[in-house]
Amino acid sequence: MLSSQSYQDPGKMKDYHYSGPVEHRFSPYSFNGGTVLAVAGEDFAIVASDTRLSEGYSIHSRDSPKCYKLTDTTVIGCSGFHGDCLTLTKIIDARLKMYKHSNNKTMTSNAIAAMLSTILYGRRFFPYYVYNIIGGLDEHGKGAVYSFDPVGSYQRDTYKAGGSASAMLQPLLDNQIGFKNMEGVQHIPLSQERAVQLVKDVFISAAERDVYTGDALRLCIITKEGINEQTVPLRKD
Amino acid sequence: MALQDLCHLQEVFPDTDCSPFGTRTGYYDDGFPASSRSPLFNFFIPAAEFLQESPLQFGQVSSAFTSQDHLLSSLSWPPGLPQDSPQPVPLPFPMSHGTTTLAFLFQGGVLAAADTRSSCSGLVACPSSQKVLPIHSHLVGTTSGTSADCALWKRILARELRLYQLRHGRRLSTGGAAKLMSHMLHPFKGSELCVAATLCGWDASGPSLFYVCSDGTRLQGALFSVGSGSPYAYSILDQGVRWDLTLQEATSIAREAVYRATHRDAWSGNCVDVFHVSSAGWRRRGREDLREEYYRERDRQGGEDLREEYYRERDRRGGGGPEGGVLQREGQTRGGGPETE
Repeated sequence: MLSSQSYQDPGKMKDYHYSGPVEHRFSPYSFNGGTVLAVAGEDFAIVASDTRLSEGYSIHSRDSPKCYKLTDTTVIGCSGFHGDCLTLTKIIDARLKMYKHSNNKTMTSNAIAAMLSTILYGRRFFPYYVYNIIGGLDEHGKGAVYSFDPVGSYQRDTYKAGGSASAMLQPLLDNQIGFKNMEGVQHIPLSQERAVQLVKDVFISAAERDVYTGDALRLCIITKEGINEQTVPLRKD
Repeated sequence: MALQDLCHLQEVFPDTDCSPFGTRTGYYDDGFPASSRSPLFNFFIPAAEFLQESPLQFGQVSSAFTSQDHLLSSLSWPPGLPQDSPQPVPLPFPMSHGTTTLAFLFQGGVLAAADTRSSCSGLVACPSSQKVLPIHSHLVGTTSGTSADCALWKRILARELRLYQLRHGRRLSTGGAAKLMSHMLHPFKGSELCVAATLCGWDASGPSLFYVCSDGTRLQGALFSVGSGSPYAYSILDQGVRWDLTLQEATSIAREAVYRATHRDAWSGNCVDVFHVSSAGWRRRGREDLREEYYRERDRQGGEDLREEYYRERDRRGGGGPEGGVLQREGQTRGGGPETE
């Protein structure tokens, strides 16, 4: 594992007791919280994020959604360090435009995913501190979710949670959508209504237990008709 | 070199303003793919150049190197940064590590197997990752280390091998591919890059197996296991692997080795992938979830039932011991296989 474990996680709550002299160094990173979730269905995909922007003990904004629309069939959710999220989405937008102008077609979801992987790896030694999840429709119209780690390792999933509450949400999704480790259950495919309801419930649970998640939930439902956005209020405390 | 195009690693010039956060981002500089500007890939690598240039602008250096200041002063760090101590940027997040992969030669070719768990400092980041990646029709590589590094380096290797094939009209041998990978990774020695791969291929000289690591190791062998679960896998492989195994037997040994390693090693688990490389190319056996195997094993051994039976018999036969029939025994864990992985 990395030798940088000796440095404290910037932005998270620090211990308030004296533990000896500590060398402070400027850290270019900061953790702004937020949770992102994406679910893929048969002919739809949902990308959802909370809208709280925090740092340490403060909340900077209650209305800072983390889903960004890339194309008519693709939405990306970025959580982590907000500065890197903004720059990364600007770079992706620029590359999308370049592709459109040189190839005369819009990038497909899996092409965007592959491109994002190389963009992230290009900064392997000073990474973007962003946890990305791309949700969209693939060329056949089926839902697709691509999840990334901060340095560009990615793969296609059916559902994925990322960000501060990901460790709490992912097991819940494994149980409800993946039917993992359950015996004697019928594996019914996920309908759009059930998926939307599940995402709302899951975020309400996350807001209960994770301090960095709350305020409001922004849902983007991607179908072949287009992208439909909904906002649902969450706990504000 | 391949990755330097991607990372813009050769853009450190003495007159550049090297503010620490002024890195250029993006792959295309002026609309043309970088590879069309760079020189054709050649195998001659002047050693002196490496010693003077560091591919890292101001990135992470492993702790083993930070302690040796005299060594570092011979490397010319980018201007603008203090020479006395490198400024590593501490990462706020951990990378994915921990695995069990193995590969061995036998009369039917090469067999490669791996688990499918990628963990990230205690959390299972992905229970179904693919650690055995095909590079071309007769070469398969197992990956261990940081998943992003392994995925990207395999892609770069596949690209370079394809270019070699187009330029020279023949495929590069497995040993050649291993040497190529080792040379491509060399500029990053000492950085946080972590790739430990075994290349399993069938070339003109038959099946062969090479181990390549980002610290510079390149070894040819008949049996390798890499990763945190490798000690457990080695114990199974060392007792079972022989040259004259059939494909069936070899598959079952590989599967057994991964299964035992996943049971004992916390960072390995979930499913097992088995690939077989022969003269006809690589073939993949369907991914198997090891959870079922745990239950089957437990049923075969009748584990807890036998133990219960034994204690009941002992009690029935007359108490035994100073407790006078009251038996103290440690608690049993029921169904402990998959959940405790």
